[in-house]
Amino acid sequence: MAHRLNVLVCSGASCISNDSLKVKEAMLAEIDRLGLNKEIKVIETGCMGPCQLGPVILVYPDETLYKKVQVEDVREIVEQHFLKGRPVERLMYKSPLTDELVHKSSEVDYFQKQVKIVLANCGNIDPESIEEYIAVGGYEALGKAVTEMTPDTVLNEIKISGLRGRGGGGFPTHMKWMFTKNEKSDEKYVICNADEGDPGAFMDRSVIEGDPHTLIEGMAIAGYVVGASKGYVYVRAEYPLAIERLQKAISQAKDVGFLGEKIFQSDFSFDLEVRVGAGAFVCGEETALIHSIEGKRGTPRPRPPYPSASGVWGKPTVLNNVETYANVRHIILNGGAWMAKIGTETSKGTKVFALSGTIKNTGLAEVPMGTTIRELIYDIGGGAPEGHEIKAVQLGGPSGGCVTPEYFDTPIDYESLTQLGAMMGSGGVIAMDETACMVNTAKFFLDFTCFESCGKCTPCRVGLKQMYGLLDKITKGEGEEGDIEALEKLGNTIKTTALCGLGQTAPNPVLSTIKYFRHEYEEHIHDKKCRALVCKDLISYEIDAEKCKACTLCAQKCPVDAIRGQRGVIHVIEQEKCVSCGSCYDVCPFGAVQRLSGEN
Amino acid sequence: MKNLEELRKLREKAQKEIQLRSKDAKIKVVVGMGTSGIAAGAREVLKAFITEINQKNLTDVMVTQTGEKGMSSMEPIVEIHEEKKPVIIYGDMNPSKVKKVVEEHIVNGKVVEDYLISMEEK
Repeated sequence: MAHRLNVLVCSGASCISNDSLKVKEAMLAEIDRLGLNKEIKVIETGCMGPCQLGPVILVYPDETLYKKVQVEDVREIVEQHFLKGRPVERLMYKSPLTDELVHKSSEVDYFQKQVKIVLANCGNIDPESIEEYIAVGGYEALGKAVTEMTPDTVLNEIKISGLRGRGGGGFPTHMKWMFTKNEKSDEKYVICNADEGDPGAFMDRSVIEGDPHTLIEGMAIAGYVVGASKGYVYVRAEYPLAIERLQKAISQAKDVGFLGEKIFQSDFSFDLEVRVGAGAFVCGEETALIHSIEGKRGTPRPRPPYPSASGVWGKPTVLNNVETYANVRHIILNGGAWMAKIGTETSKGTKVFALSGTIKNTGLAEVPMGTTIRELIYDIGGGAPEGHEIKAVQLGGPSGGCVTPEYFDTPIDYESLTQLGAMMGSGGVIAMDETACMVNTAKFFLDFTCFESCGKCTPCRVGLKQMYGLLDKITKGEGEEGDIEALEKLGNTIKTTALCGLGQTAPNPVLSTIKYFRHEYEEHIHDKKCRALVCKDLISYEIDAEKCKACTLCAQKCPVDAIRGQRGVIHVIEQEKCVSCGSCYDVCPFGAVQRLSGEN
Repeated sequence: MKNLEELRKLREKAQKEIQLRSKDAKIKVVVGMGTSGIAAGAREVLKAFITEINQKNLTDVMVTQTGEKGMSSMEPIVEIHEEKKPVIIYGDMNPSKVKKVVEEHIVNGKVVEDYLISMEEK
């Protein structure tokens, strides 16, 4: 029996953390109370994208998009909208541009410039239902490949499509597959790298949580092409929901026969297994990942041999990222030429980006290659919150670099971003405004990569630590002449000598911030000034006697009794005692406490 | 799973469950569900539409509701929207009239003049 309404409750990790599942339970109870069970179907879906609006609920057929729905709102929605057909306007999305209600989700600005291929099903189907995946054309590509195409014709379509690795490297996918295919071996393997470790990146997680069958189908097709009968999905343990849904999807696919022996009665057999990683960043590097699957310590090894010749268990292995595999079924169904029409000369198709930082619309966005950085962060991301201005975006996380506004019109493709000193990376986009200190940002990423360095090679183990030490010194106001040059020298040396991708890219955040924000480094070193007022040791607090109402609030909060004064007597901060914790600044109701840096 | 044929059959069955989410409904049935509409039996009318449409396996028809239309005496009121055609409004509906509207209007494209209260050009 078909239903009158489909209510899609976003249950991506972000909405779940905002209690979307409780909202769903309350909704089911309310629907039950009003006897609407047979008319309304409530479905949990994967991430819909606009995470800052969560929990998000989408109601079909009218496409009404509700935002920030709480348990208390449920009764009103069910009674007024589901029963009586009057959408609850106060919970509907309003366009930030026109302040008008948006009646259809497809008209929401956030979605308008997006082209959804990889994310087409995310937020639109129930990820735990193989039937819904089949209903939107699922497993047709696998069936078509194994019954109507040869491995060579499939490979040729991938080649025509121009698909390149979405994990960040951008290596042509068809070449990886061809190398593995051409190897002679009794056993071959297909691996998916779902060890998404970049701070601020969550697109792989969302694809697996929202559309796990897409990944399974893409991997099975890869297996058919290269002649593998076994695959592994390497997912980090920090993604419990993704693991759960993927495992469920694999067992459903086995039950129906999309995985297992003689798929579609062909000679092709393929099986998948989930391997859970313990969350080491370096295990996103392919050779370390393979070691981890084998039960060894997750450290990289020099290449060659590449995994295509000697991968897991020493056998030829094709290894791609989640998003890469998620593109495969669309290429088979629509043809490689279809995808080759989307994007730029060298980069085809779309890319999913995870927008975060000081930006209005955080969340996931899928755009065609060639979209400019400006379109991504202003038209889709909505720009910085009121009163702020974006001064840089960090692309590619700890392996990438920052890009400044004068380059925002650069089209997003692999080559252009690398040229800017950033990189596509996995697609993390962190926007920063004037309240971000670029030296401190670089230090944050270095802290991360130092911690995650596996310690196998000296440039990464020792070199990054040295760089971190210099940055720490600079942010503490102890920077000296020559520190910037030392950072550059170290950075460039590590880039060329480190063993694996982690070390080779780890200096990027430092080098690119020096390139674009050298003046901030110089101010820290020479003027002992942090213009963003972030570096604690370079900040002092003072009370503006004009604004102070002598209320004693700040004095009460001061943990070191550094504030003199009493009721009726203007307060003064004793600089020798002050530890720059900022408590007085936060607590003052009159804005009398001023945060200063480099003034004297 | 033997072949693509079997997969496609499975898909047809599964598509019924998610057809609401596809955007290709050709005919839209809108039931007025204001307070007076509900009092006059709009819910039974709405349910009857769903039942009839399901029984006849009509996949390109979407049933939805709206608020008060402002003609309380004619409730329950139903609008039939079809692309490039005037909106047909039926009044004083009940489940047996619904059956006739589905058979004659929605399936055969013939307006049921007996129940018609107005036509609105778009």
